[in-house]
Amino acid sequence: MAPAETVLTQGAGLKKPEDLTLLHEVAEATAGVSHLEMCIQCGTCGGSCPSAADMDHTPRALFAMLRAGMREEVLRSNTPWICVSCYHCVVRCPQEVHIADVMYTLKSMAIKAKKYTDSKPPDFSQTFVGMVETFGRSFELGLATRFYLTHQPLRLPGMAGMGLGMLTKKRMNLTPNRIKNMDQLTAILEKAKTLELTS
Amino acid sequence: MSEQKPKIGVYVCHCGSNIAGMVDVENVRDWAQETLGKDGVVVSRDYKFMCSSLGQELIEKDIKELGLERVVVAACSPHLHEKTFRTASERAGLNPYLTELVSIREQVSWVHTDKDVATEKSKALVSGAVHRVAYNTELQPLKVPINPNTLVVGGGIAGIQAALEIANAGFHVYLVEREPSIGGHMAQFDKTFPTLDCSACILTPRMVEAGTHPNITLLTWSEVMSVSGYVGNFNVTIKKKARYVNEELCTGCGICVEKCPQKVIDDVYEAGLGYRKVIYTPFAQAVPKYPVLDRPNCTFFKNGKCKACEKFCPTNAIDFTQEDQYLNVEVGNIILATGYDLFDARRVTNYGYGRLPNVFTSLEFERMSNAAGPTGGEITLRDGKTKPETVGIIHCVGSRDKNFNNYCSSICCMQSLKFAHLVKERTGATVYEFYIDMRTPMKAYDEFYQRVLEEGTLFVRGKVAEVTNATHGPHEKGKLIIQVEDTLVGKQRRIPVDMVILSVGMEPRHDAKQVGQMFGISCSSDGWYIERHPKLDPVTTMTEGILIAGCASGPKDIPASVAQGAAAAARVLDKILQKEVELEPIRATVDEAKCSGCRICNNLCPFNAISFLDDLAVTRINPALCQGCGTCVAACPAGAISGTGFSNEQIFAQIEGLLMGV
Amino acid sequence: MNKYLFYPGCSMEGSARAYYESLKAIQPALTMELEEIEDWNCCGATEYLSINLIPAYSLIARNLALAAQQKNGTDTVMAPCSACYLNLEKADYYMAERPALGEKVNEALAAGGLHYEPGSVQIRHLVDVIINDIGLETVKSKVVRPLTGLRVAPYLGCMVPRPDFAKRWSDHEHPSELDDLMKALGAEVIDFPMKTSCCGGHMTQIGPETAYELIRRLVAAAEEQGADIMVTMCPMCQMNLDAYQGETNRHFGTNYHMPIVFFTQLMAVAFGIDPKQAGFGLELVSAKDALARIGLKAPEEQKPTPARKKPEGLPMPKPLPKKYASGQTVVEE
Repeated sequence: MAPAETVLTQGAGLKKPEDLTLLHEVAEATAGVSHLEMCIQCGTCGGSCPSAADMDHTPRALFAMLRAGMREEVLRSNTPWICVSCYHCVVRCPQEVHIADVMYTLKSMAIKAKKYTDSKPPDFSQTFVGMVETFGRSFELGLATRFYLTHQPLRLPGMAGMGLGMLTKKRMNLTPNRIKNMDQLTAILEKAKTLELTS
Repeated sequence: MSEQKPKIGVYVCHCGSNIAGMVDVENVRDWAQETLGKDGVVVSRDYKFMCSSLGQELIEKDIKELGLERVVVAACSPHLHEKTFRTASERAGLNPYLTELVSIREQVSWVHTDKDVATEKSKALVSGAVHRVAYNTELQPLKVPINPNTLVVGGGIAGIQAALEIANAGFHVYLVEREPSIGGHMAQFDKTFPTLDCSACILTPRMVEAGTHPNITLLTWSEVMSVSGYVGNFNVTIKKKARYVNEELCTGCGICVEKCPQKVIDDVYEAGLGYRKVIYTPFAQAVPKYPVLDRPNCTFFKNGKCKACEKFCPTNAIDFTQEDQYLNVEVGNIILATGYDLFDARRVTNYGYGRLPNVFTSLEFERMSNAAGPTGGEITLRDGKTKPETVGIIHCVGSRDKNFNNYCSSICCMQSLKFAHLVKERTGATVYEFYIDMRTPMKAYDEFYQRVLEEGTLFVRGKVAEVTNATHGPHEKGKLIIQVEDTLVGKQRRIPVDMVILSVGMEPRHDAKQVGQMFGISCSSDGWYIERHPKLDPVTTMTEGILIAGCASGPKDIPASVAQGAAAAARVLDKILQKEVELEPIRATVDEAKCSGCRICNNLCPFNAISFLDDLAVTRINPALCQGCGTCVAACPAGAISGTGFSNEQIFAQIEGLLMGV
Repeated sequence: MNKYLFYPGCSMEGSARAYYESLKAIQPALTMELEEIEDWNCCGATEYLSINLIPAYSLIARNLALAAQQKNGTDTVMAPCSACYLNLEKADYYMAERPALGEKVNEALAAGGLHYEPGSVQIRHLVDVIINDIGLETVKSKVVRPLTGLRVAPYLGCMVPRPDFAKRWSDHEHPSELDDLMKALGAEVIDFPMKTSCCGGHMTQIGPETAYELIRRLVAAAEEQGADIMVTMCPMCQMNLDAYQGETNRHFGTNYHMPIVFFTQLMAVAFGIDPKQAGFGLELVSAKDALARIGLKAPEEQKPTPARKKPEGLPMPKPLPKKYASGQTVVEE
């Protein structure tokens, strides 16, 4: 059996000062007032979550890890990527923690730090954003083909029936719609990319 | 300002490090000595604890030896020590109202973070008081006799206890209860934690004693309508609602109840889980024994037919012509023991109460487990027959939740443990308890937790996310599913059960605010009545003569409510035995020469202290009724009203002093 | 005439075409005037927020700024898509709650010559305006072909009743609005316990197994409760439950057939509009059998309605009165 000290330093043992403020760093980077520091670890979020079974840590556990400064473990967690944004946890949380928005923050932090373990979810978001940045509107067919070809080519044949149905019923456009003032939107987004949320 | 300044002493308190930690006390002392010398300050001292006997002696010695005519003490809030220092001055022969207290703790050191700023602010406040105190005049407190009768509002265990203590000491009590019987929530319970003694067995002897005590006038089915007057001399109007039963003739035989053909759901005593007749006594041991006729549901009052109760009453006690009566009583003190309402579990829609039949509230469960309740003490599902095999008990429903009530209701953990024990005892079912934190801090409480653990109750640490009938597969069919994160395991669990008990929290009475306004006391942001001091003066309020006991000031269990009832009674007896009460001489007076008779002030007085003298066409203020609030002073267009202790000269001088350094 | 600034959202032109077509079909009966926000852009769905916060909120806020400029007899933006509705509402709310966010977003908008002051427009969902502005009485008065005998499972999904920043909905968990709207059409509404549960959102794309389980639970619950059809108010919910029901069946070896259509489609047929014009036929899980139950294109066969049982056992607590945003209180009997 490993001596107790080893276990300690492997987990939430001595931390660098910047890790001790990890919780506040996340709270700061979240839109709105997140109330993250108010978590009482009651588990309402983990209990409410429809996809908790597929998460490596429940949201509650993730918040405890943020408090413990476990940066690496948090950013590698699949939890934020499994979050379906159903907001059940948000409205039930007795401490009004904006859990879903914290998940968005953790996703963008993981992308920046390149810590996520499965590249599918961030690439899907990135592909979607790419369409929006090009056309100003989403383009379902373009998104589907580009994303599936890169990530799930094997899923395509099985999906063909559905895709064909969507196309023949004209529920998927063959060409993208584009907004008129694309220049304006591009200028806004380019400027926005240079800005960061601080208090 | 007059040339002849009175001799003033300034005393600055360190309060250990409470003040000295944020205010440069020596600097304030020296500054007062040097700068305020021209304003009459002849001595300025500091001391570690001015409120200690040595500190007080310092002031007394200076008054005697230096001939001080005014004293300014810069220390804590006047709430705490104004009386201490005024009494010290009085001992040295100085009229107590010539001493002023300046708060440099609550208003300075505790709220500032910059020592220089805090020190400057302290100087300004001291300077304001020094300028003001020069204009203080000698005042004599007003003495008024105390009416030895007491009004107790609310006939739950706290109110009963208070009434009995006072009555046993030989003084008269009016005990007012709005329901047909006294007993309150405690009369609805089956067992009491942690000893599991029968609630009725320990409560009913007290109820009977209160009902038969020669010094207690019991007014049930009654409500207080209005209150006027002041400590020692309140005048109260009580509405005695029509019972439609003549109490002189009724023997309490119960034949009318038996013969009444109309049944309605009993939302009060049976918590909606059972029925009662339209003419009813809420329970067998009700005090008084006389039934009440529920007029809105009565067939005779609705259709003009029936009168079954009247036909069968052997003593002709039914009186359909009875009307509400209004009584006026005079009392010296009032104890509010108005209790609590239960949190409405239907508001937590994810727990399904009201939608899913086998979700029950804690009070429903109390009634169900009571041998005199709707199921005769059987624990069953909503069908009234089936015994549950698995039961889930959920803590903190509506409590510790910013969506509902922020506070801990304090009794729910113990109540839930009691339920777990009763379910096991009566049905042998598997019992789960879902808790966030287990709070069992009082005598023998944690031992009870140990006992329930030993009995095999399965504890899950996690706030339940939802109770649902939406299944995830055939294994869950026909069950209620409790979905929760077991936080100690770190996994979501779905636990199928037959019955769910919601341990609902306590809430202030729905009408607590209006009732508080009627008695002149205020509620906290949560809606509970505010004590004069939460630790040191928990049963009195900021209004002299109005006391609070039991859950009116916040969630409490039975022992705490009883203790508060007794404590409030002791405070009242203390007042009664003093025979008279000193009223603060801070009063408004009318300079009749200046009064134009415009009557603007007449309707503004919240204490009804102002009357208009038609013959002289001027307004006069009753000094015993006046509470010195200052409303009329500010309203008078002729400047004819002035408040003792708050004269224009005093206020202007204080402002001048405050701004001196600016 | 109730007038609204209309934000259709991208799916209305694609996967949720049936929603758009049925909305256009019932619009005259509801006396709604819809003025489309000029040159609106995508709200970013649930994707942009994961990538980069300020651009994501700036993308949404461009629409709010355009809407505020276009205010013309109304300051209400109506969005029929749940994700769009939530994003617009959220941006408006957070820009006010966190002034630092508002400042940064406006700094970005300025690069496109725009500015948005939080609170300048009201953001509301189509169901909300139908219930609270147009009113159930008006809806009832337009019904010529009541949906008698059709057992409907109302399915609202997540993003409209939650988080509900502006407190416009009767409840987060079991809101009654869609139920009452369906009742007004004469349908038999089942007490659908999963009416605000999640359809899986974008997980159908990135983690299909997670999504299939959520879809299975919903479809199974609707079938268990005896629903003929599910109605939704969200393009994402419709897409996931309709287009991925086949894949879900393949994944679990099940054989569910639970059609799901937009509530506007049932309103349209109840108003006497031809099913095709109401967007029927665009669904992949055919609603043919459900339509047959109300006598459209198939012989009528009525499912026996269970007789109301006499209450026995212990009484149930009365339901809590639900309050609509309009202040109207609904007490169920």
